[in-house]
Amino acid sequence: MSALDRLRFTQPPAFPEGEALRAEVRAFLAEHLPPRAITAGVGSWGGYDLEFSRKMGKRGWIGMTWPKRYGGHERNALARYVVLEEMLAAGAPVSAHWIADRQSGPLILRVGTEAQKQAILPRIAAGECMFCIGMSEPDSGSDLASVRTRAVPADGGWRVNGTKLWTSNAHRADYMILLARTGEAGEQRHAGLTQFLVDLKGTRGISIRPVHNLAGEHHFNEVSFQDARLPAESVLGAVGDGWAQVTSELAFERSGPERFLSSFTLLVELARTLGPAPSERARIALGRIVAHLIALRRLSRSVAGMLQAGENPALQAALVKDLGTTLEQEIPEIARQLVEEEPDPGSTRDFVTVLAQTMMNSPSFTLRGGTREILRGIIARGLGLR
Amino acid sequence: MSDPLLRDTAERLFAAQCTAEVLRSADQGKFPRALWDAIERAGYAESLVPEESGGPGLAIADALSILVCAGRHAAPVPLAETMLAAKLLAAAGLERPAGPLTIAPVRAGDEVNARRDGARWRLDGAARRVPWASAAAAIVVVAQDDGRSVVACVRPADARATGGANVAGEPREDVAFGAVTAEGVEAPIDASQVFALGAVMRSAQMAGALQRVLEESVRYASERVQFGRPIGRFQAVQQSLALLAGHAAAATAAAEAAMEVVARDPASPAIAAAKIRAGEAASVGAAIAHQVHGAIGFTQEHVLHHFTRRLWSWRDEFGSEARWSVMLGGAIAAGGADRLWQTLTEAGA
Repeated sequence: MSALDRLRFTQPPAFPEGEALRAEVRAFLAEHLPPRAITAGVGSWGGYDLEFSRKMGKRGWIGMTWPKRYGGHERNALARYVVLEEMLAAGAPVSAHWIADRQSGPLILRVGTEAQKQAILPRIAAGECMFCIGMSEPDSGSDLASVRTRAVPADGGWRVNGTKLWTSNAHRADYMILLARTGEAGEQRHAGLTQFLVDLKGTRGISIRPVHNLAGEHHFNEVSFQDARLPAESVLGAVGDGWAQVTSELAFERSGPERFLSSFTLLVELARTLGPAPSERARIALGRIVAHLIALRRLSRSVAGMLQAGENPALQAALVKDLGTTLEQEIPEIARQLVEEEPDPGSTRDFVTVLAQTMMNSPSFTLRGGTREILRGIIARGLGLR
Repeated sequence: MSDPLLRDTAERLFAAQCTAEVLRSADQGKFPRALWDAIERAGYAESLVPEESGGPGLAIADALSILVCAGRHAAPVPLAETMLAAKLLAAAGLERPAGPLTIAPVRAGDEVNARRDGARWRLDGAARRVPWASAAAAIVVVAQDDGRSVVACVRPADARATGGANVAGEPREDVAFGAVTAEGVEAPIDASQVFALGAVMRSAQMAGALQRVLEESVRYASERVQFGRPIGRFQAVQQSLALLAGHAAAATAAAEAAMEVVARDPASPAIAAAKIRAGEAASVGAAIAHQVHGAIGFTQEHVLHHFTRRLWSWRDEFGSEARWSVMLGGAIAAGGADRLWQTLTEAGA
């Protein structure tokens, strides 16, 4: 297979049934979208709202593709895509269950034990069990294989020491999927890593400290493990398989509509501020952004189709994320050139406050889930250059 | 593309015919007759003609995908123009003259008027930048007669064509139709639909050329050694090529979306999106490809310019990114902020 064939995007499968579902989601949003500040979820997938997550769980919109015996709904990846994009476009508060639905649940489904699946998946699908990602550390960001958090066998289970950083929502999550070193790296730096299912609320020796971002918001945390004891059955997947599991998890993390819709609220407010007959300069800018979104949405739906077909579109996902986050980051820069307003996070005017929040969140778009440089390295490997 | 067999056949045909030698001699003004004959034998010139008019009955997206292959090989012939002209002639019930064809007008704002003159039509007006006008067997003109469209088939010898070319050396001539009479038929064809189809065709060609430019750049970066290793081993070069791959993929996705939707909805936002996205990708992609190729890619001897000069030309033909963005942005603004998302989901992409 040539390098270009490996990067081929298949035609997104036709999914006419999706339109009825789309109408259903829009009707649900019209009824249940809670009143909140317009900036409530800028850059962070709509904000954290347990009540809303439970409502979505009741509608069957979490764990949509999972088997029914684990609380799932056996829908296809394209149906799930419709729900995700409608929620994000509306700025709905979906961040509480986002991680569990997107990557933790699918990972447990794929590598978890029967007991883990039965204990966890139905609760995620009900919108009642929240997850965070225990990958990055103070000295391990892009170089994830260098993690130093260590788990050693002790008393029939494991004893964990180390520190995780940038852990979004750790202070509210029920579980963390922890990546820890359990053996020596050896020649292959990727060996000796293992994932654990950590009960954050029921495990002693874990302390969680907030790390506020530059906008003053608390999403990140530093999570310290000091002789934290994990039971033997907390191992997720196979001991030593952590690296392969983590990289497959990241493929799910990279291609979704959240990778090009982070600035969508700002785009809508920009269009509102510009009005029905803006200047030619504004029309050109608006037309260009929409053209990019149309192309991105097709690429992203293509990846959903490939996931549905059981392929592994990890390369394509990296490419979608690189393109999508670049556009997300451009939108505040374009908006500020078109409307003569100064960004102010405390303003009562929607455009001004959304501009401020989006701008302040925008550096994270090309960092989270793999930096731009790491993604382009993955693409370059796909092209056969590395 | 939904028909892999068609794609593979077209890919083989263009790969065999569009050799470096053929591209070079076309550059010097020699029409590649063997390539054109092969295209005619394969039936590609008629691929947009519906089955009931004697065409092959291809889905429009499949027919247009032939142009992606043509773009991948910089086929120096008016295939897109002939496909479009043959489709218009079929719609009007006019006979297709043998050989390559072209269409007019192709520039926004140009208009040719038609008046009945016995059994024929008398044309008046001019069309700028008509592709391959002198090389074509006929210019198929979509003229206006008091708000109604007339499809007329003009022999180039009857009109006055003034030389000109795009930066790829492909003829683009200003044609004056003063007092030309021609065979014609009134037909319910909207000039803006012709312009839209032209834009989709150029987007398809650009997508193909970008794929090729990526391929050439990756190959060159793997072969060219500096500082004791292939330059593709350097992260700076890798990052540029990854960006080029992204633009090529986005241009292809946008073009394919437009190819699928244009028959059903020639006013779809997906069409503007294709020309805008492919045009931007052409600019960024050509620049990266040249940067990676260094000085050798800047020579006439190297093949790269056959693709990059076409990308630089095609992005401006049938409407630049700016023109299509004004239209798309204007439609989005007029629809209102709260309809923006709906427009995106209904774009047919």
